[in-house]
Amino acid sequence: MDPHKLDSQLIVRDAQRELSRSTRRLFGKQILTLGGLTLLTGCSISNDKSVDTLLRRVSRFNDDVQAWLFNPKRLAPTYPESMMTRPFPFNAYYDIDSVPEVDASTYRLEVSGLATGKRVWTLEELHALPQVDQITRLICVEGWSAIGRWGGVPFADFLQRCGADTTAKYVAFNCADDYSTSIDMPTALHRQTQLTLRYDGNTLPPKYGFPMKLRMPTKLGYKNPKHIMSIEVTNTYPGGYWENQGYNWFGGS
Amino acid sequence: MNAASPTPSETLAAPAGVRAFQPVWLRVTHWLNALAVVIMVTSGWQIYNASPIFASIQFPESITLGGWLGGALLWHFAAMWLLAANFLVYLVLNVALGRFSRRLLPITVRSVLHDLWAAVRGALGHEDLSRYNAVQKLAYLAVIVDTVVLVLSGLAIWKPVQLSLLCDLMGGYDQARVVHFCAMAFMVAFLVVHIVMVVLVPRSLLTMLRGR
Repeated sequence: MDPHKLDSQLIVRDAQRELSRSTRRLFGKQILTLGGLTLLTGCSISNDKSVDTLLRRVSRFNDDVQAWLFNPKRLAPTYPESMMTRPFPFNAYYDIDSVPEVDASTYRLEVSGLATGKRVWTLEELHALPQVDQITRLICVEGWSAIGRWGGVPFADFLQRCGADTTAKYVAFNCADDYSTSIDMPTALHRQTQLTLRYDGNTLPPKYGFPMKLRMPTKLGYKNPKHIMSIEVTNTYPGGYWENQGYNWFGGS
Repeated sequence: MNAASPTPSETLAAPAGVRAFQPVWLRVTHWLNALAVVIMVTSGWQIYNASPIFASIQFPESITLGGWLGGALLWHFAAMWLLAANFLVYLVLNVALGRFSRRLLPITVRSVLHDLWAAVRGALGHEDLSRYNAVQKLAYLAVIVDTVVLVLSGLAIWKPVQLSLLCDLMGGYDQARVVHFCAMAFMVAFLVVHIVMVVLVPRSLLTMLRGR
């Protein structure tokens, strides 16, 4: 028997049988209606508001998954000095000419929110705190990575000195370059999370975030704020510059 | 209408050889996978463009998904759940129902070479679509392995610190990106050949819709 002829007969018979079922007729009608509506909107699927809402909901779910995956005791790999990327790339949402200039003498770091200890810090006071150096890999959300050497105060120590409530959910950062971001408390307390004051043995230069940045080898680059002016400990979701535009909030590595 | 619809016995009495040899679960997982792969690949191209591994390889904006890096990442990290969950169901059912051993195995080097030579000469028959030839078997097995590599290298890029062992296995973070890219390239190459074959043997599309 000719297989093609057989097919056409079978298809017609199948279709007749399917159509005789009322649920199938209803399903067919609904599919056609849905298709028509999609055409009527006349815009691409990635601009659709409801699609965007759904995608962002999945992104919040991914925040939870990453918080669950995050092991507070697991350390990011460290590297020998010979593997450092030179020169270390500059990266921000603006050009290098627009790097803000912060006056060291008038600079005050402000700590707000759920903190009962010292809430205003001069640069001198910050530099007087015990510091450590670490050579780690910074991974950018764009895909590239670079190895650098950062020195500063372990952030957990700093939070303790501020009398921060470490049971709070978030730590938020506001920066001199109008950048902002926020992180989860377990990452804030991670051993390698550092309030960075130095780069490669020298005072942190403006292009890398003078007078200070937060360095976390357990998070993507955009979660590492530069030129930090104020820190807030809070239970209210603070969002962030890129996060509000759609980057994943947790941004963990 | 009633007169035209076949009685149950008629349905069962359909000639042997035209019974559904692509079960419903296989057709469903196939099309869900097709959707997930298209989303993953096109959003992946947009992500890749943000920092190309190979300066000479960049993807035209018009064939990417997401509009910008952030949008593409949202698509990529949403569709990954569909891809992974659907792939898992596909693997479990194939093993549990013995379909792998029935349809994709056995496969020998000899049979592959034989069928490949026949294909090159245009002498490979496609009359019985319920049986895969050796080249088909190899291609399907290869793309299954490729999907595993895609998922693992993707996890290594996503979580190079938390899943550091996996990342090391890929040769480090930068190398994991190369592995992910190559696995994507293989997937796309498979897809092109797959679609060309469907165009050459249109009846195979029907089998993936109707089951036979």
